[in-house]
Amino acid sequence: MKAAGVLLALAAALVLQTTLAGLSLEGATLVNLVLVAVVYVALAFGAVTGMLAGTAGGLAQDALAGGIIGVGGMSKTLIGFIVGVLGAQFIVSQTLPRFVMFVGATFAHELCFQALHTLVEGRPFAMQWSATLTQAAVNGLIGIFAFQVVELSPGIVQRRRARGTSLSRRRY
Amino acid sequence: MLDIRQRTGYLLLAIMVGHVILISAQVQSKSGVRVLEVVALGAFSRVQLGAAAVVDGARNFWGNYVGLRGARAENEQLRAQLAELEVRLQEQRALAARTVRLQELLDLKTSATLPTIAAEVIGGNPNPGMRTITIGRGSADGVRANMAVIAPKGVVGRVIGEPAAHAARVQLIIDRDAALGAVVERSRSGGMVVGVEVDPPLRMDLVSNPSDVKAGDLVVASGVDGIYPKGYTIGQVEKAERGTGLYLTITVRPAVDFSSLDDVLVVLAPPRPAMPAQAGEAVK
Repeated sequence: MKAAGVLLALAAALVLQTTLAGLSLEGATLVNLVLVAVVYVALAFGAVTGMLAGTAGGLAQDALAGGIIGVGGMSKTLIGFIVGVLGAQFIVSQTLPRFVMFVGATFAHELCFQALHTLVEGRPFAMQWSATLTQAAVNGLIGIFAFQVVELSPGIVQRRRARGTSLSRRRY
Repeated sequence: MLDIRQRTGYLLLAIMVGHVILISAQVQSKSGVRVLEVVALGAFSRVQLGAAAVVDGARNFWGNYVGLRGARAENEQLRAQLAELEVRLQEQRALAARTVRLQELLDLKTSATLPTIAAEVIGGNPNPGMRTITIGRGSADGVRANMAVIAPKGVVGRVIGEPAAHAARVQLIIDRDAALGAVVERSRSGGMVVGVEVDPPLRMDLVSNPSDVKAGDLVVASGVDGIYPKGYTIGQVEKAERGTGLYLTITVRPAVDFSSLDDVLVVLAPPRPAMPAQAGEAVK
């Protein structure tokens, strides 16, 4: 059930991202919905699920992008893992810490992605800081919104209460 | 028994090694189609088609509603524009007829009309920063790798990779890995237009310093790369400055608005071999 939910979230993020890019290239650079989905999964389900979601989402994105397959997969795997570990170590059940996680993850992902491209293709390192900052802010807002939507959904809250678990008390 | 942290570490290591092997295999290979790419494109293009249809439906519905507002004023404005354009059309017809006569006089061979097929843009690139689009035509429609893609305003890009049956990926000319042979229409100074990640997103390289290039000059495809049809508009020179080396520094504003591409034309003519001396580096 969890795996199906994660895969569904990644597929939805991919479809939305490609549709958005089809409508406007500028719109596509403004947000990375697959990354948002990976960070969300890592925060909600932990490092292993985050890492696997990063691998699946990143590879799918690479395969559809026409570039080198594996660069995005590797970046997102790392981000899924790191965010999952940090999410288990710190209390990230409030809006601000979650926002910080999304923003930090976006910067870390972009750094990793550009560095890998630099290594693989031998081109100069070209990080666009202002565009990344905008994308980080938009990713953060969408991530927070996704958490709010899921947590305000009554069925999910009831199930969570019944299980007696919370996001801040997850196991590693 | 392995500790859960250890197991996670091993899993991460295994995935990372897998990625490194995957990337290395691609970097080392000189050519060939990636099966994963073709399969993913083929399968996902169906989803993209559906998503594009839903989005187009919603957009059309909203567009129709908004379109009704102020339609009268717009109608009048369009009528005035139409009248003006009809006059211009007459002028152009006269010019075209004169050109045909001149061509006949000079015994020039008239070039045949390019065979094209219209294609809808069904998706963009899921990786922000990489500039490719997916179109709803593929190998079943006669689309092949390296075929040029154009729009009414100018050159759009070329088909990359093996197309799926009903979808193909197009590398836009503003992609950082794109390049095409180009010539400044007014002075016939030749060079190479490449995509860059700044605004404007095109740069014209290899135009020597003494060449006559000015802001506002039209840049068209030279055809030396064997892919893009000769004479099709690429864009307009925005800035031309004397470079530090042998060549001018020229920035080009593309003629096509890539942020609102809905429909394109695929030139069905197969690519020709590039002209060796001029275009060895024209297509990366």
